[in-house]
Amino acid sequence: MSTWSLDLSPPEPPAAAVPGEEEIRLAAHALGGGLMQSEVSVPSIHCGACVRRIETALGGIKGLEHARVNLSTRRLTMRWRAAGAMQEAMATLGNLGYPAHLFDPPARQGDQTFRELITALAVAGFGSMNIMMLTVGVWAGAEGSTRDVLHILSGLIALPTLLYAGRPFYRSAWTALRHGRTNMDVPIVIGVVLAFLLSLYDTLIHAPHAYFDAVTSLLFFLLIGRVLDHMMRERARSAVRGLARLTTRGALVLSPDGTRVYRPVEEITPGVTILLAAGERIPVDAVVLKGASDIDVSLVNGESAPLAAEEGTVLRAGTLNLTGPLTIRATAAVQDSFLSEMMRMMEAAEAGRSVYRRIADRVADYYAPVVHLAALAAFVGWTLLGADLHQSVTVAIAVLIITCPCALGLAVPMVHVVAARRLFENGVMLKDGSGLERLAEVDTVLFDKTGTLTLGRPELVDAQAIDPEVLGIAGGLAGWSRHPQSLAISHAARDCDFTDVVEHPGLGIEARVGEDIYRLGRAGWALQSATDAKGTVLARNGAMLATFFFRDALRPDAAQAIGALKQRGLSVEILSGDRRDVVAALAAELDIGFTAEMLPDDKLARIEALAAAGHKVLMIGDGLNDGPALAAAHVSMAPAGAADVGRNAADFVFLHASLDAIRLAHAIARRSARLVKANLALSIGYNVIALPIAVLGYVTPLVAALAMSLSSVIVVANALRLTGFRVRGAR
Amino acid sequence: MSGFFYLIPISLLLGTGGLAVFLWSLKAKQYEDLEGAASRILFEDDVPLADAVSAEPNPHDRDE
Repeated sequence: MSTWSLDLSPPEPPAAAVPGEEEIRLAAHALGGGLMQSEVSVPSIHCGACVRRIETALGGIKGLEHARVNLSTRRLTMRWRAAGAMQEAMATLGNLGYPAHLFDPPARQGDQTFRELITALAVAGFGSMNIMMLTVGVWAGAEGSTRDVLHILSGLIALPTLLYAGRPFYRSAWTALRHGRTNMDVPIVIGVVLAFLLSLYDTLIHAPHAYFDAVTSLLFFLLIGRVLDHMMRERARSAVRGLARLTTRGALVLSPDGTRVYRPVEEITPGVTILLAAGERIPVDAVVLKGASDIDVSLVNGESAPLAAEEGTVLRAGTLNLTGPLTIRATAAVQDSFLSEMMRMMEAAEAGRSVYRRIADRVADYYAPVVHLAALAAFVGWTLLGADLHQSVTVAIAVLIITCPCALGLAVPMVHVVAARRLFENGVMLKDGSGLERLAEVDTVLFDKTGTLTLGRPELVDAQAIDPEVLGIAGGLAGWSRHPQSLAISHAARDCDFTDVVEHPGLGIEARVGEDIYRLGRAGWALQSATDAKGTVLARNGAMLATFFFRDALRPDAAQAIGALKQRGLSVEILSGDRRDVVAALAAELDIGFTAEMLPDDKLARIEALAAAGHKVLMIGDGLNDGPALAAAHVSMAPAGAADVGRNAADFVFLHASLDAIRLAHAIARRSARLVKANLALSIGYNVIALPIAVLGYVTPLVAALAMSLSSVIVVANALRLTGFRVRGAR
Repeated sequence: MSGFFYLIPISLLLGTGGLAVFLWSLKAKQYEDLEGAASRILFEDDVPLADAVSAEPNPHDRDE
């Protein structure tokens, strides 16, 4: 039981806590020679001055070898030899007004893919520009041996360029073919390889035309699309990774000999005794041995009211210990805990979901055979008309080059990149372009309640009806507690001379003013006479002064966002794990249907039933219990405060409190779907015009280069229209 | 025209040089923080980037 005496100021909100040395060590990685490197996310860095202040302040800390802020990612990298220096650094950051939290070093994988793509782009750019320079000489009228030299040089540059810069395409095409599918990269690779071989042959026989410039600039254009696409996804992923981690890394274990050791959560076995401070999350399923507290279970089962914990209470992994320190005994290892059970359900749900094929790949299904048949038909036709083999092959390959899906390859990613940037600026992270395609198809929206429709923190109902004097006393008392209901009224605090302030976890706070004893907490405990008064009361010497009723605060713009979704013809519903009466009140206020007291299985079953009936479901949820539903839904969204597994499963993560994010994301998704269709129509229309010209044999390398660049520029310009698009009804 | 052919290897060399410099700057992590670089130019006492130490975690070095 914890006690605060008067000389202590009210406790800080839990976010400012400095992690223990052991936790810092667990999240760091060794660089060799005893040097460790940690990365922390500092979301409030926003300008060069912040960078300077932080680096100057941290420069003075002993034992901290190096500290460097990355302003683009709002991250700080530190190298240290003693974990104490890191703790000091984290505390310093907090004092400067930049609360920081540790996060695990990201996988280097994505980084490497990006580096490979951008190197390929640089090489392709170098190759295509130089070949283009030489080719201009041919177009300008070089003849005879001069032309041959120019062609040979072009070929010499083209070969290594194609080998190096084409690797992402070769790999993807090969993967698709091996699994018996085609994608956009298959026709690209076939076109590139054939065009190169033909140009090589033409160079050797001193022919007037070679297509080296066309193949390299084709790769260059396509790589621009790939690089932008990758940048957008990486930026969203890294922003999501930077969010505070909600699962625990480890816990303070009490060994049988009385020593206290911090152990990573994987090493905690059933039967082990754990010491849990207020403000910490329960690492594994456990039972309370000693102590009393309030437990926030909203992230685990959606229940908004905190649960009182006392000896013998069973706790689930992932719930948050709010008010008092607890001694608990682990009843399951981490892999058998509630969290892992949810993870298994999510994997099963994900495997059960029908595989979504991107629009570009679906188009490629029709596109590739048509183009290849057209090339074959051109070849056969010219041969039948009496052309020699070389001329027929040239025409066939010209068909492949001119119809090569350059514009088609850019059509979809460009729109997605522009859309992702719009969303990013409004605090919505899009993890994958296909999420946008799926969001546009949605016809049903399912909301979780606690933490999704609501903020997951209580607010006072009818604050005006309470005497300000009394509210001031209650607020002053509440300032000593971390209970969410206390935080909701502590802003109303007035100066009171409280003495002997004691928090009784699970019950309330008690304090003395002169001769009077004030109690704020459960009615049954605060009032002397056993009454049937409900809720939270403030009492003086056992007599009631005021009753406080709380409700879970609705997210800003919830009503407008839901109204807008309904107006667009979507059906909206609440799926909640909370009690029926609580959910019913909220559903009535928002005028939507609901189902309450649902277990994770029930949510999953509801989504599967809707999917079986042909509906496309958007699931929005934050809790561990929403994880399987998020994974099973056609497309999913999670707020930034969601459980880690939910954030990872969701296609979109929104960072701001307002639910307007959903309306915006949906509007942009629909608009992008229209633009993608327009772009596909444009590129196909271009092919319809270009194909006859190619079949008739009028395509020279100059025509091919012009046509290709022009179609790409048109498609990109069309995608950029999304930047200026205004969401109807947005503020 | 053939009198100017010596210009071609020169231009290719210059281009390759540019490409090499770009790849080097990429490897030296100069594009990791473009926003930060824009601000740091105004600092008088900026410290240079630390050497690119291998970021691979090495479990043997963890002193427990």
